[in-house]
Amino acid sequence: MQSMEAGSQGDLDAFDRHVGADGKVEPQDWMPAAYAKTLVRQISQHAHSEIIGMQPEGNWISRAPSLRRKVILMAKVQDEAGHGLYLYSAAETLGVSRDELEQQLLDGTAKYSSIFNYPTLTWADVGAIGWLVDGAAIVNQIPICRCSYGPYARAMVRICKEESFHQRQGFELMMALSKGTDAQKRMAQDALNRWWWPSVMMFGPPDGESVHSMQNMAWRIKLFSNDELRQKFIDMTVKQAEALGLTIPDPDLRFDEASGHWQVGEIDWDEFWSVVKGHGPCNRQRLAHRRDAHEAGAWVREAAVAFAAKERARSARKAA
Amino acid sequence: MATDQTWPLFEVFIRSKKGLSHVHAGSLHAADAKMALENARDVYTRRGEGSSIWVVPSAEITASAPADKGELYDPADNKVYRHPTFYKVPDDVEFI
Amino acid sequence: MAAAAEQARSKADDADLFEVALRLGDSALILGQQLSGWTSHGPTVELDIALQNHALDLIGQARLFLDYAGRLEGKGRDEDKLAYFRQAGEFRNCLLAEQPNGDFAQTMLRQLFYATYARALYAGMEAEGEGELAEIAAKAEREMAYHVRHAGEWVVRLGDGTKESHKRCQTGLAALWPYVHELFMADEIDQRLIAAGILPAFEDVKVEWMTSVSSVLERATLAIPEDDWMPSGGRQGQHTERLSYILGEMQSIARSDPEAKW
Repeated sequence: MQSMEAGSQGDLDAFDRHVGADGKVEPQDWMPAAYAKTLVRQISQHAHSEIIGMQPEGNWISRAPSLRRKVILMAKVQDEAGHGLYLYSAAETLGVSRDELEQQLLDGTAKYSSIFNYPTLTWADVGAIGWLVDGAAIVNQIPICRCSYGPYARAMVRICKEESFHQRQGFELMMALSKGTDAQKRMAQDALNRWWWPSVMMFGPPDGESVHSMQNMAWRIKLFSNDELRQKFIDMTVKQAEALGLTIPDPDLRFDEASGHWQVGEIDWDEFWSVVKGHGPCNRQRLAHRRDAHEAGAWVREAAVAFAAKERARSARKAA
Repeated sequence: MATDQTWPLFEVFIRSKKGLSHVHAGSLHAADAKMALENARDVYTRRGEGSSIWVVPSAEITASAPADKGELYDPADNKVYRHPTFYKVPDDVEFI
Repeated sequence: MAAAAEQARSKADDADLFEVALRLGDSALILGQQLSGWTSHGPTVELDIALQNHALDLIGQARLFLDYAGRLEGKGRDEDKLAYFRQAGEFRNCLLAEQPNGDFAQTMLRQLFYATYARALYAGMEAEGEGELAEIAAKAEREMAYHVRHAGEWVVRLGDGTKESHKRCQTGLAALWPYVHELFMADEIDQRLIAAGILPAFEDVKVEWMTSVSSVLERATLAIPEDDWMPSGGRQGQHTERLSYILGEMQSIARSDPEAKW
């Protein structure tokens, strides 16, 4: 990878012009070190989110209440693992190794989406995650399909194509509950109550407080601001909640005629920052789970490497 | 930071159906080529996207350098006579 | 085809067919349920995806067998009624399927043993039988062939990998070997279905299984344990203590309200 060579001011200007005109950047092209660094951070955070995101839903696979729901959930969690891999693969084109990225996740220096630090307490949470969390993720991800970095954009195209079923299955699950028994309806409403605000916060802090926003938009790594995307999600979801017959847990929610948008009440950013800083209900549990899997698998990874070396030696002996 | 648990990187190319070329799909890690093929099947063809898979150790790929772009590809830009549109034929002549 | 299927059916009692569909469906279900427990715990993300694929295959097979069983029985029990509203003693899975995941070596050995058995059995059902059961077997056989390949390669890697992986394989092998014998013990129901050409002869399945598995174990430098203890009875409803725990977890939500639709 040649991206880390310092470039001249001319290189920088040419890069900005190219990217500004919606030009694409490929792994071997010259790119500013800060661009590569930002991409590695963003793509790997995204990958880690997919991998950690397997846990809250995976939690219910063994108890899924019908075989149809069970296979749907398994296929969805499996997709998340796949999406994590597509993204690690995109990050690796920037010269960072998967081992390094995984290590950053395990030692807690890398971030992942805070939403996965909330617990899944009932079966309805599986529906709420599909409907709300995947719904928010899709709003976030569709623009990234057009981002400036080729491998990231291509990974996102694949991911968005596969994720369209994730949101639908979540909505369908919520629909089954909200049309079901009273206990099921209560379960669905309770899940919406707990997942609504964390989902709204998934788009990150308000534009004014978002640290990297301006530069990332100039580089076309980010195409819309946090608040723009959040608004899109809110407008879309309010109508869906109505169709489900569920109530969004916000007494201040109102339709603003002037702007044509739904406005939510005050967002509790203190909670957001507290979860980001590691004090969410499940931060420790999620990381411990990941570390356990990694450590328990060490002997398997070692054995496969040892066997591959033996095989190479054997075929070399045969050839000699 | 390669360790004794590190699996090398492979590039994955998939032919989605007969008649089409293999197209680069992404990369993955595997301890050996056989495993790479199976991982590729599970990671990149979960929705029946593949009818044939190639895996190549990433380290074995020789790539052209972007800095050579000028000398490698620009010479082809000024040889318009390689394209059929370069040639004029009367409108009423068919099948040419 | 329809006439031939009718003929095959008429040679076998519906009660026997129901029983064999349960045995195959329950084995696939319990094994798939356990295998899905590896989700997010795999040694690599790539392997996590592979194991989930195999679990999906197994549960998919279970659904086909149980759905068929339910229709054959004609008492309105569908796949979910059968999966979620029977007690452990009503399950007909082989004991091998309810053996714990253990470590990755033990899981791979269990999958190899089961898949090699199921592949041979389904191939025989497909070749000899007619009708829906043979069709399900044909579909499942292709899936099992891939599981045999995948698990077999892993058993070889681990057996011939490091000292530790070899030792873990040998331990897993000792834990699982007793439970393979049951797979080849034909009871009266099996005998009748073999006679009717619905199931292949179990001796043939066993020969194929031994040939295939011992070749993998040999490449894996693993020693086959002595045949001493040979527990059986799972396919007749006598299980280990473990099954009720597996079901307790699997059935918990469905049983919280038997009338609810999910």
